[in-house]
Amino acid sequence: MAFEGLADRLQSTIKKITGKGKVSEQDVKEMTREVRLALLEADVNYKVVKDLIKRIKERAVGQEVMESLTPGQQVIKVVKDELTSLMGGEQSKIAVADKSPTIIMMIGLQGAGKTTTSGKLANLLRKKYNRKPLLVACDVYRPAAIQQLETLGKQLDMPVFSMETEANPVEIAKRAIDKAKEEHLDYVIIDTAGRLHVDNELMQELKQIKTEVQPHEIFLVVDSMTGQDAVNVAESFNEQLDITGVVLTKLDGDTRGGAALSIKAVTDKPIKFAGMGEKLDELEPFHPDRMASRILGMGDVLSLIEKAQTTVDEKQAKALEEKMRTMTFTLDDFLEQMGQVKKMGPLDDLLAMIPGANKMKGLKNAQFDEKKLLHVEAIIKSMTKKERQDPSIMNASRKKRIALGSGTSVSEVNRLLKQFDEMKKMMKQMTNMQKGKKGKKGRGMGLPFM
Amino acid sequence: MGFMDKLKAKFQRNQENAEEVSEKYKDGMKKTRQTFSGKINDLLARYRKVDEDFFEDLEEILISADTGVTTVMDLIDELKMEVKRQNIKQPSEMKDVISEKLVEIYYGDDDQEMEKLHLEKDQLSVILVVGVNGVGKTTSIGKLAHNLKQEGKKVMLAAGDTFRAGAIEQLEVWGDRTGVDVVKQTSGSDPAAVIFDGIKSAKSKNVDVLICDTAGRLQNKVNLMNELRKVKRVIEREVPNAPHEVLLVLDATTGQNALNQAKVFSEATNVTGIILTKLDGTAKGGIVLAIRNELNIPVKYVGLGEKVEDLQAFDAHAFVYGLFADLLEKE
Repeated sequence: MAFEGLADRLQSTIKKITGKGKVSEQDVKEMTREVRLALLEADVNYKVVKDLIKRIKERAVGQEVMESLTPGQQVIKVVKDELTSLMGGEQSKIAVADKSPTIIMMIGLQGAGKTTTSGKLANLLRKKYNRKPLLVACDVYRPAAIQQLETLGKQLDMPVFSMETEANPVEIAKRAIDKAKEEHLDYVIIDTAGRLHVDNELMQELKQIKTEVQPHEIFLVVDSMTGQDAVNVAESFNEQLDITGVVLTKLDGDTRGGAALSIKAVTDKPIKFAGMGEKLDELEPFHPDRMASRILGMGDVLSLIEKAQTTVDEKQAKALEEKMRTMTFTLDDFLEQMGQVKKMGPLDDLLAMIPGANKMKGLKNAQFDEKKLLHVEAIIKSMTKKERQDPSIMNASRKKRIALGSGTSVSEVNRLLKQFDEMKKMMKQMTNMQKGKKGKKGRGMGLPFM
Repeated sequence: MGFMDKLKAKFQRNQENAEEVSEKYKDGMKKTRQTFSGKINDLLARYRKVDEDFFEDLEEILISADTGVTTVMDLIDELKMEVKRQNIKQPSEMKDVISEKLVEIYYGDDDQEMEKLHLEKDQLSVILVVGVNGVGKTTSIGKLAHNLKQEGKKVMLAAGDTFRAGAIEQLEVWGDRTGVDVVKQTSGSDPAAVIFDGIKSAKSKNVDVLICDTAGRLQNKVNLMNELRKVKRVIEREVPNAPHEVLLVLDATTGQNALNQAKVFSEATNVTGIILTKLDGTAKGGIVLAIRNELNIPVKYVGLGEKVEDLQAFDAHAFVYGLFADLLEKE
């Protein structure tokens, strides 16, 4: 659809200027326009975009880009730098009160995911920090909101404090804290009702709760799919309640999530956690750098190289190269190699990092089935050591056993063996080529899987 | 001025209770309108001539309403053409041109019938309600049940959201409030089975409209989208011509992702209309423009508040009137 990714769009602009010895101001203008559109398409607020573009332009028209050999790449780098610095560093700490309990208030619009996030946060506090949280149901307005939190509490085996729907939320919060003190629970998570930031009456209620319970953290829960309005929402909640952090939900969807940038820009409060799925353990620390790449939807060669460098052990790579040359490459090595590629992240993401990759025929809509990789892994792991070293000993009964052990079929085992065989053949050709080159250039192969 | 009067006249002719409806829209969309048309007025006052900067600012105003980048770019191009053709120099002359073009997109092919619910006259009609998490599906179903009941229809609800904690209870509360039966199973059961039960029960009780709730799901979750396909297949198999409506619930605060939602849910369940919720905040709901423009899915209802009667049948005329009421009244 509309999302082509910044890299692709920049590339078409760059095509126009390759061949030119120098990049003109006009060229930079064209490039920044593409950046601007990409940011707007990602739902970054237009005011935030305006400021960003101004800064990017200043840097881009300056020396660092104009005199670079690859102005396009340089622009991307500048953009990413600016975005990353705007997003700030990672901050997923939760306050600890001097005197228990620590009180956390969850606030936000309707449907942002406050109740689910409350449950997830309680789970995280118990699992990671070994704390004893109490969940408090202060949403007396939405039908069955209390039941929802109670059900979550049951699923998590976590205490939930609630009163009837006629009760006053301020009163509920106060009584809950008394209970936490009595029972020596060290965290109190107050789930409040969703409300519009322009609803004065309900905003007043939140202020009252805040004054009464003096929370140590106030988390604004925001749907990552929010559009331009994210600025108004975040600004308003922050102005009235002085939030301490943001939780971004539904980030496992396919939104580009520009709202994250807008919220950070207008409130300057850290985004601490991200909801990454429907299960109760799917709340993760928020990674600002990853978000920057996601917003741009850009092929980021830089981080691909970084990733490759950090995940591929140099020594291992050398040993592998040696094996390939001497043709002693076994299924064990194949498995190890796969593990290294996997360490770099989901294949789709890796592919997305190669600019132009989605322009390649066949690759454009290729869906990488991570499950297939798992199957391959299972098949190899179901083989004996001997079989892995020398697949030629494979016979029907061995294959049957392997298929059974890995939960696959004999035909899948066959397919893998055939692929492995072909791969070996290809390697032979490649290493032969390499030998020929070696004399002249003296360079070995870089990464084994590229 | 000419065009706005025409719009007003057209709106009033189309609506017997025009005043009442327009008040609802005006109230609900107060925040939207204040920012949107206020900004356009500011823009017109600020600029001395219609130039590149003027268009860039206009572009931003439209984008700030979540109108969708592609739609805005198309619109700006058309406006530029229009400026050349009519030889417009003064920003004040742009007012009519801008409104006219915007309205053109809203109206699309001007098919009023598209915005109505298509239900059977004398037999069971099934409405399937789908959408991502937290957009207000269950609440909208409650309000829709109320609306249909007011029209004298016998309504039944099927609690197909068996996943989210408290979802079944939430629908039951709405059933109580509106006096409508709810068919349910336990949490965690197969949604297709619940809806199958719902259809059986609706048939035996001579229900006019069965509204099926489903669990919220993000459109990129393949398995969950397949589950939805299965639910739809069950409905298709059990009732001829069903589902009569597949309504996608969209949150007005959602940005560009709403387009993706509309597209992917359509592929899975052939969405026939949209319920646009939470239009009573500062969100502009401009995404309606983009969805009509790019996918041609009509909006059938808008949620303008929290009360049970705050779900209004979508009226493009009233919607535009709501957006531009300030402009209209100043003239």
